[in-house]
Amino acid sequence: MTLPFPEPATDHDAALAVLDVPPPVVELRDVARVFPGDPPVHALHASDLRVERGDYLSIVGPSGSGKSTLLHLLGLLDRPTSGEYLLDGEPTSQASEARRTALRGGRIGFVFQQFHLLPHRSVLDNVLLATLYSGVPRAERRARALAALERVHLGHRLRFLPTTLSGGERQRVAVARAVVASPGVLLADEPTGNLDTHNSAEVLDLFDELHGDGLTLVVITHDDVVSDRAHRRVRIADGRLTELA
Amino acid sequence: MSAPATAPEAPVTATPPDGRVTRRADRFGLRDLASEAAAGIDARPGRLFLTILGTVLGIASVVVTIGLAQTAAGQIARRFDAVAATQAMASPSTTRGADGNARATAPLPWDADVRAERLAGVEAAGLVAAVDVGGVAVTAVPVNDPSAPATTSATVLAASGDLLDAVRGEVVTGRFFDSGHDARADRVVVLGSRAAERLGVSRVDRQPSVFIGDRSYTVIGVVDGMQRRTDLRDAVVLPLGTARADFGLPAPEELHLRIAVGAGPVVGEQVPVALSPNSPETVSMQVPGGGGGVRDDVQADISTIFLALGGVALLIGGLGIANVTLLSVMERVGEIGLRRALGARRRDIAAQFMLESATVGLLGGMVGAALGVAAVVVVSAAQSWTPILHLGVVLASAAGGGVIGLLAGIYPAVKAASVEPIAALRGGV
Repeated sequence: MTLPFPEPATDHDAALAVLDVPPPVVELRDVARVFPGDPPVHALHASDLRVERGDYLSIVGPSGSGKSTLLHLLGLLDRPTSGEYLLDGEPTSQASEARRTALRGGRIGFVFQQFHLLPHRSVLDNVLLATLYSGVPRAERRARALAALERVHLGHRLRFLPTTLSGGERQRVAVARAVVASPGVLLADEPTGNLDTHNSAEVLDLFDELHGDGLTLVVITHDDVVSDRAHRRVRIADGRLTELA
Repeated sequence: MSAPATAPEAPVTATPPDGRVTRRADRFGLRDLASEAAAGIDARPGRLFLTILGTVLGIASVVVTIGLAQTAAGQIARRFDAVAATQAMASPSTTRGADGNARATAPLPWDADVRAERLAGVEAAGLVAAVDVGGVAVTAVPVNDPSAPATTSATVLAASGDLLDAVRGEVVTGRFFDSGHDARADRVVVLGSRAAERLGVSRVDRQPSVFIGDRSYTVIGVVDGMQRRTDLRDAVVLPLGTARADFGLPAPEELHLRIAVGAGPVVGEQVPVALSPNSPETVSMQVPGGGGGVRDDVQADISTIFLALGGVALLIGGLGIANVTLLSVMERVGEIGLRRALGARRRDIAAQFMLESATVGLLGGMVGAALGVAAVVVVSAAQSWTPILHLGVVLASAAGGGVIGLLAGIYPAVKAASVEPIAALRGGV
């Protein structure tokens, strides 16, 4: 996405726009999330994070460190208490729920630990599901789903039910579903959490391939093996982000 | 499409960055909604069967109820029709006089029966009038016994020759009098069956006599039946002419008509004119309605009771759908969360569950309506009845199932729409 930029854009952004430099895919500006309570829980302290187009970023941290909170904020499943989150340069914190939903469907691809495939629908149907809500023209849906499945090397499993697939294959179906609507960023939450070493490697190899094709990836994990595959690593602990060298 | 993930011109980004949603090409249209709902229903055929069972039974019982009520009412009406729909009566209009008593405004003509019989739709017409015999007893043997206890005297009526036919009477023995007896004022009588019993007359071949006061009348027949004038069974019936001659009968009182089925309204209009061309309003008519009021009444009675039962069954059916849909929402929390994460709005989720529920209800309604029709046909066949069931009732019942499903789906749909994707995605599918 390029011109024009919305209101909260700064002079810096305007300058970038003039230069026709694409904005970062993900940009957090002093984003914090506080859960009300006594005392309030600071799940995420005011943090900045930029993910440029084509980045492969991992976010690591132990349980309870704020990983899930960050995931939900990045995935537009939750709103920050303060700060601004720009997705492809578009501010989202104050955006309407309808707009956020549209962005979520069109600009973000999710991959979950639990796969979240519909058990009674074929592999192809599961991938097509993502095209329903993201506004992919009907005529293109099938071709794009087939292409996405080819890309995750599952072109021969179209009519299979997810329950008959291995864990690695299931996660690859989930990846195909995540990329079918051409999102700006793939958001993976513990993508290998339910997989054995072999299947994990399969999925991580796929991530490498996708990254090689230019896809922006953000992988949230507690597993160092997974995070080591990323080019940039961010640690989250006690709700604070630190970029690792 | 070598690298779809990097294509920045994904369709949704056609939306201007000011946040205003403009053209959203092909985003979850009706076809998508329908196919998703169908897939949701299709996923668990076994459960679908159990879900629609309540609605099937409810709709079937409603259809059976209405169908059997209509069928039975048809049977009842047919039986009633045989008597009620073919009987009519004309009598002089009455007006309240100065003394407060009702009195006839004008008498019926003596030849009213002949005039009426000329009308199309009138199959038989007979005049009847009560005869004032001046308090004398009607006896088989004139005995002057001052010590005898007072007995109730049989009613004395006068009738024209065709009355028996008009009121569906039948001759038990002997014969009814005819216009000849009438014209000659012969002293003959016909006895109603009970009057004959009381007077001890059982056969007429020996020409028994009854005495009205001191006058002797030859009994020429005994009659029975007469469902519309059962008082005739207790009566001693004279020819009109005889009653005029012997008792000074002033005028006939009632004209009984046997009419063709459905002729009621026409006869009711024409008979007064035929009897009193100058002032037809002086003749008051009792005719059966054209549409069969009896049928409607009976139908209403039967239907109310059974429809209440059907309503209860439907309520249970609706609750069943609501229950299973709610259960399904609980089970599919993960799916709902996933759809929300994929960009489904709350209303998309709600619409899907509403449609699933309505479809299940419609399915139940159609199966139930079909079963109901089959049951009505089978019962009717077993009873040798003609099955009567309005097609509209069947279609409305099937559609009613859909409405019930829709109503039953409201609460589960609201629940589904309120699922938070965050919570949902934690659990597995």
